Parts: sequence; C-alpha cells; structure tokens
Amino acid sequence: MSPAKQTNSADYLRMYRQMVRIRTFEDNANQLYLSAKMPGLTHMYSGEEAVAVGICEALTDDDRITSTHRGHGHCVAKGADFKQMFCELLGKAEGYCRGKGGSMHIADQSHGNLGANAIVGGSMGIATGSALRAKLLGQDDVTVCFFGDGATAQGLLYEVMNMAALWKLPVIYACENNGYSEYTKTAEIAAGSITARAEAFGIEAFKIDGQDVLAVNELTQKLVARCRKGEGPFFIELETYRYHGHHVGDINRAYYRSKDEEKEWKDNRDPIIRFRAWLVEQGIASEEEIEAMNAEVEKDAAEAVAYAEAAPYPDVSEVDMHVYAA
Amino acid sequence: MREITLSQAVNEAIAEEMRRDPTVFLLGEDVAEAGTPFKVLSGLVEEFGTQRVIDTPISEPGFMGLAVGAAMTGARPIVDLMFGDFIFLVMDQLCNQAAKIHYMSGGKLNVPLVLRTNMGATRRSAAQHSQSLQALVAHIPGLKVAMPSSAYEAKGLMKTAIRDNNPVVIFEDKLMYQDKAPVPEEEYLIPFGVANIKREGTDITLIATSSMVQVAEKAADLLAAEGISAEVIDPRTIVPLDEAALLKSVRKTSRAIVIDEGHQSYGITAEIASRLNEKAFYHLDAPVLRMGAMDVPVPFSPALEDVTVPTPEGVAANARKLCAGDMIHAA
Ligand SMILES: Cc1ncc(C[n+]2csc(CCOP(=O)(O)OP(=O)(O)O)c2C)c(N)n1
Ligand SMILES: [Mg+2]
Repeated sequence: MSPAKQTNSADYLRMYRQMVRIRTFEDNANQLYLSAKMPGLTHMYSGEEAVAVGICEALTDDDRITSTHRGHGHCVAKGADFKQMFCELLGKAEGYCRGKGGSMHIADQSHGNLGANAIVGGSMGIATGSALRAKLLGQDDVTVCFFGDGATAQGLLYEVMNMAALWKLPVIYACENNGYSEYTKTAEIAAGSITARAEAFGIEAFKIDGQDVLAVNELTQKLVARCRKGEGPFFIELETYRYHGHHVGDINRAYYRSKDEEKEWKDNRDPIIRFRAWLVEQGIASEEEIEAMNAEVEKDAAEAVAYAEAAPYPDVSEVDMHVYAA
Repeated sequence: MREITLSQAVNEAIAEEMRRDPTVFLLGEDVAEAGTPFKVLSGLVEEFGTQRVIDTPISEPGFMGLAVGAAMTGARPIVDLMFGDFIFLVMDQLCNQAAKIHYMSGGKLNVPLVLRTNMGATRRSAAQHSQSLQALVAHIPGLKVAMPSSAYEAKGLMKTAIRDNNPVVIFEDKLMYQDKAPVPEEEYLIPFGVANIKREGTDITLIATSSMVQVAEKAADLLAAEGISAEVIDPRTIVPLDEAALLKSVRKTSRAIVIDEGHQSYGITAEIASRLNEKAFYHLDAPVLRMGAMDVPVPFSPALEDVTVPTPEGVAANARKLCAGDMIHAA
C-alpha cells in the first residue's frame, strides 16, 4: 500500500471502521440465518469490503449508488444505520423499507443508496438514468453503479454504457469481480477482457486490486472529480473475493471452489487485515485503539440485532400501502 | 407405487427424453455441475455431458434467442429460467419471436422449445423472486402453458412439452420441489388440454392450478366436514384449456371458484371465470369467484407475505358464502 497522503488520519480510521462495520454486520446476518431467525436467504459481502468502502468514501451523501443482491456492504459503506438495516433483514416495520424489501431490496434514500436489486444487472439502467438526470438538471452529483462479474453478461450494460459514453454522463461502472457468478467461475462465462468492453465505447477503464482500500479510494476520488467536470463515464474492474458461499445456504461448495483458494484469499489478501497493519505501521492507530474500535462496532451490531429481534412486524394493513405513489 | 419428489420427476422426464431424442438439449444458468440452485437437474451433465447440458452466462434474452434459433433449425432446446420473475427479460424472444414464427411463416417454420421456470410466493424471497406470471404468457397466442400440480403431472407434462412442436412454458411451483407423489416407473405422458378431476363433488367446483390444487383440496376437506361437497379440478394446462371438463363440472355443481397464484386482476382466473359465465350462465346459482394473489408486489416480511396468497380457509369461507347464497364482495 502507498504511504499516507491526501487524506488525513480521521479519514483512514473511518475507512477502517466502515470495513469492520461491514464484516461485523455480515457475521451477525449469517448468524441470524443459521439460527433460523432471518426469513429467506441473503448474500454475504464479507471479503469485498475494500471495494464498497474505498468507493463510497470518495462520495458525498448527494452522490448516488445502485447496489446488487450482495448489497449490505454498499449500504453500510454509504452511511446506513445498523438498526434500520437489521430491522429490514428481519422484515420489521422500522426497517429501511418497512419490511417490504428485505436483504435484496434494501435502500437508503437518506444517503443516496437507490437500492439493492434482485435482478442481476437490473440497476444498470437506473444508475445511468440517475447520471442523465444530474446532467439534465445541472446537478454535480455522481452515480456509482455496482455490479458483479456475472452481471457483465447482461446486454443492458452495453446499451447503457453506449449512451453514457455518447452523452458523457457522470456515472462510474464498478464491476466487483469476485471470480464467480453463482457456482460458476468467471472465466467460464466471460469471454475476452471485461475492461476492453468498456473501452470499446471509448470509456476509460481501470483494473485494480479490490482488496486495497487505499488504491480503490484514491482512484475513485480522481474519477469522481473528473465526472463532476463532465469527463465521465468511467469503468473500474475491482478484483476481489467473497468469503462465504453465493448465499448463506451455499455451504458445501467444494465442487466449484477449493478450500485452498478460499484460504489463500483470507490469509493473504484480506482487506481489513492489510489495512490494519498499514495503519499501525504508519503510526495512525495503535493495536489497542484498533481493538477498541472493533469492540465498539461489535457492541453496536449486537445492540442493533437485539433491537431488531424485539421490534414489531409491520401491521397487516400495510400490505397494500405503497403500491402507487400519492 | 413408488413416490418421488417433483424435482426428481422433472429430472426423470428430461433424462428420458434426452435419451430418446438426441436433438433435445438443455441450457441455462448453473444447470450443469450445480444442477440449478434448486438441484432439479443434478446428474444430467454427468450422463449427457456439457455439450447437451450447457451452462450459460447470465444472459437471459441471449440464451432464449439461441433456443429459438436452434428450435427453428432442428433441435429441441429446453431453456431453464432460474426464476419465473426473469421471464420479463426474455419476453421479446419468447413472445415476439418464438410465439409468432409458426404463424408468420404460414406454418412453414416450427419452434419446438420448452421454457421451464417457476412461480410461487411465501418463500421470503421478496418482490423480484416470488411472482406467478403465467397469465402474461398465456395471453400470447402461439405459446402453450403447463402448470403441474404434483410430481406426477410434472413428469407427464414435461415429456409432452418436449415432444410438442410449439413453444411451451412450464411453471413449476418452487415450494413444491421436495413434495412427493406416486409416479409410475413405466413411461407415461399427460396430454395437453385434459383436466384432471382431483375430487368429485356436487355443491361447488374449485378450479385450481399448480400449488393452489393443494389449497383447494384442503378447502374441500374443511367444507366436507360441514356437509358441503366440493369438486376439485386441475386444468393442468392453461393453454390449451380443457373448457369442456370445466363446463361439465360447473353445470353439475352450479357454483365455482377459480384459484391461481397469479395476481387477482387480469389473470388466468378472470379468463376461466369469464368462459364459465359465457357458457354456463344459466346453470349458475352464484357468481363465479376469482381468487388470486393480492394486487401488490410480493412483500418480503412474513407478516405481510402470508396474507397475499389464497389459503384453504379463505377458499372455504368464500365457498361457504356461495353455497349459502350470501352476497359476495369480490376481494
Ligand atoms: C436476471 C437475473 N438472472 C439470474 C439471477 C440469479 N442470480 C442471482 S446472483 C447471480 C450471480 C451473480 O454473479 P455476479 O454478478 O458475479 O455477482 P456476485 O454474486 O458474484 O456478487 C445469479 C445468476 C438473477 N438474480 N437475475
Ligand atoms: Mg461475481
């Protein structure tokens, strides 16, 4: 990792904290699933924290993101609150979507998160449309479109990248390449180069280590600034890895992914361990300070889970509310 | 007779047809090694290889289009669409292309393909993984639509679908994959357009599709305990529809409720109810009722989701009112 510059210590510590918040959120969500307290299935973001945090820390609350089925990380990184998130995962009335959306549709309007999406690639048009609105209305916010390597197979991506490039829209396409599309290796479902596809439209594209939060953040800051000047769109492919199965129920996965491979990423490329070591090495935080921060996040999460478990479900009368806007 | 799951029944049907006809092949996301997320197709790639059990990228319109082209030129593709909700992505290839090609070519080109997908709520999967979209497809001339209500139907209808020279869409209820039913070892096919009278009765006809057949049967049990005799009919295919069997039953019982998990409005239930009104009006003692999923996107929260679908108690309550001659306010 590069030496400390540009950003100050508080920013670095916040980045670290946000990554830990995501990991801790996911550990708790997984536990809720395993103990049969969470309805349905959910997709864990653990392992990919540096992507969401590196990018979202370069954005303001006015900047928008669109998220995916693996969306808890984006949601936390964009500033969401644990209580409302856990309430949503448990289908409670105080959840971000009043229990109507659940894990796969969590959205946080107050921080510019336009929502997770259960349709792979389903948010590519939405993100690009948000950028079109910014341009039309003369607003200077930027929209980041998160999607996976598997989602690059959706034709929609190529339609919207073409328009974004033609009209110089302030959108950044962030492809989280975690090597797998469900139970299939990316190499088996993606021909050629992913960045070259963006380049074919004249979009500047970058391929970076998605486990290095500083590198992700530094690049995103530059691209966001350029987007604000009308130089967008951009495309970033971030190499990363998901630690859990495709979803929480995907436990016996040796048939498509080896334990050795999982271990290699966890032991040697973990974004949190790497960044923590760097913080200590640079004298930005001591081990004790980091441990205290971790403990505080764990406490926050435990409290939020307890709160959500005790929180009421929405009243049945809410079932046909919100079908149409007033 | 042995009992197997609906999932095994589908698997057997496809395997048998692939053995019989080398032009049959499968394509879809994670159909090979993974055997689909519901594990319905497990084992097929081992027997038939990756040439005939093809894992695709997440490109639904693309592989649907490939299937149409392959079908027009001599193959019999089975497209696996992981969730019925994704049918919106393939609509152009399915409805503008596959459905119309035979007609537009003056009968010269055929599109013998099967699109197998699923439907059904209450799996806590929220609005984009829970829909029952059979009505959208049934609306388009040129497409046939099958809705198996048990493992027995799933196998027999799948085999017929694969041999049909038209595009056929099969909706399986994703909550029924592990449900067992007696399925003969020996080969059988279930012809399209032939309803199955699941249970005979004299007071009211419950016409139900897919998992709603179970709901109707449970309602019939509740009603039987009160002395109301309900006939339960499963049309098995929506297109073609065995109108004669439905009319015959309703002319006998003079009352009917039509139950399908699609949304209540503009659905399959409306079509069937309307045909009964048109053709059995003078035999009816009560309005024909429709019961479907509420007209709301499927909510995630269990507290809300469970009230959106028809239940045995709800069906029985409506049947009771119809039999008593009470006024019914359409839900
Ligand atoms: C249109 C559509 N097709 C298929 C699916 C089923 N599905 C959910 S996630 C997924 C894999 C997505 O892979 P990727 O985009 O790489 O994201 P990752 O899960 O790796 O984060 C698939 C096929 C879906 N939800 N939507
Ligand atoms: Mg992936």
